[in-house]
Amino acid sequence: MNDTVALLQKFNAHPDSRCWYVAWNPKGTLLASCGGDRAIRIWGREGDSWECKTLLQDGHQRTVRKVAWSPCGNYLASASFDATTCIWKKKNDDFECLTVLEGHENEVKCVAWAPSGNLLATCSRDKSVWIWEVDEENENEYECVSVVNSHTQDVKHVVWHPTQELLASCSYDNNVCVYKEEDDDWECRATLEGHTSTVWGLTFDPSGQRLASCSDDCTVKIWKECQPEGGQEGTDVAWKCVCTLSGFHGRTVYDIAWCPLTGALATACGDDGVRVFKEDETADPDQPAFSLSAHVPKAHTQDVNCIAWHPKEAGLLVSCSDNGEIAVWNYQSGV
Amino acid sequence: KKELVLGVTREIYLLEHVIRTIRDPEKPNTLEELDVVSEECVEVQELGEDEYLIIIKFSPTVPHCSLATLIGLCLQVKLQRCLPFKHKLDIFISEGTHSTEEDINKQINDKERVAAAMENPNLRDIVEQCVTEPDD
Repeated sequence: MNDTVALLQKFNAHPDSRCWYVAWNPKGTLLASCGGDRAIRIWGREGDSWECKTLLQDGHQRTVRKVAWSPCGNYLASASFDATTCIWKKKNDDFECLTVLEGHENEVKCVAWAPSGNLLATCSRDKSVWIWEVDEENENEYECVSVVNSHTQDVKHVVWHPTQELLASCSYDNNVCVYKEEDDDWECRATLEGHTSTVWGLTFDPSGQRLASCSDDCTVKIWKECQPEGGQEGTDVAWKCVCTLSGFHGRTVYDIAWCPLTGALATACGDDGVRVFKEDETADPDQPAFSLSAHVPKAHTQDVNCIAWHPKEAGLLVSCSDNGEIAVWNYQSGV
Repeated sequence: KKELVLGVTREIYLLEHVIRTIRDPEKPNTLEELDVVSEECVEVQELGEDEYLIIIKFSPTVPHCSLATLIGLCLQVKLQRCLPFKHKLDIFISEGTHSTEEDINKQINDKERVAAAMENPNLRDIVEQCVTEPDD
């Protein structure tokens, strides 16, 4: 390891509670965070530090688990344990709640916008994944177009493919599911088995050809889409596990992020550490290999729940923790 | 090295004292008195400087699904609040005493599930009752 991760700033974001998630807006000028205090905070850069620009306190009745910015950056979605998903519209420094999406039977664990901006996906402990369509003419109107029940347990996370209309989800049932639209209905096209415990996070590589997952089994798996065997007509897509990173994480890996600019892979771990992996250049594309490039053992004083790469500035990384803190890091590769 | 052993033993002693005050939800006595949790069930590993991994194995006296989950939840909540030192916690049902062990262990060690459960007012009230010190 000759690469480094340097701390740029650390601040308390959610007083006396967990900070569950943090997300950069598409331009990289703002950070949205959410936590166990039921609040969403929007942070803006002031010189070298980050200041709280907005506090959204009354949107949810329970923990806010995740937040997601729309691709245009004008909307924010928040997923909560109160079983709802709130859609907020940005108006200068303020956010107005446009609509509240209901339907899940219990805690919503994740919300994600498709790159097109027209679709939204949510998932829940009720084992389902919901796909919603945004009405082009009426920004308040969201219609649920599909409810998919492919998982047998609590669904922890959903993520969209960077360029195609393809969705992936992961679950307490130890599996990853991949979904595509067929005749106006979304269906599970592949189930990726391999992890031996809850899968907490997912991220696509910049090209969308590979998917990385992270788990309570303390490993990271890399999956690649491959040709299904047997040449059957109109078969589902097939995904194969092409690499497993084990022996690096001491406890549950809660989140994973693939940098769209550099291809570096960062993880958030329950052992309080942040790690960055780099792909070995010489490896066979069907048998990729990753090495640990940098490791911050005590990135936070408690579990790290989320990790995210800045969309524009290579090497800039943000993490958040059970201790309510957000930390901003600069990753530099020596090569 | 002697200091280290003494230090860990002290921590186990403190931990035992804390666990002793947890009440079994359906009986008036504390868990420790009922032999649900005793010293042999507690393992302490040093994770680093002043940080310990606490592994607890408990045997529910009653082989009933919902009770075991509740006890596990109580242990999670009480210990996270009371342990005076930095720690990570793993709680397991002892081998061979429960038919749906794996299911329960997975739930009680999933911090997201525990957090959501504690936001359920009914469940939270029950847990708070169980983990409250007798003199509070």
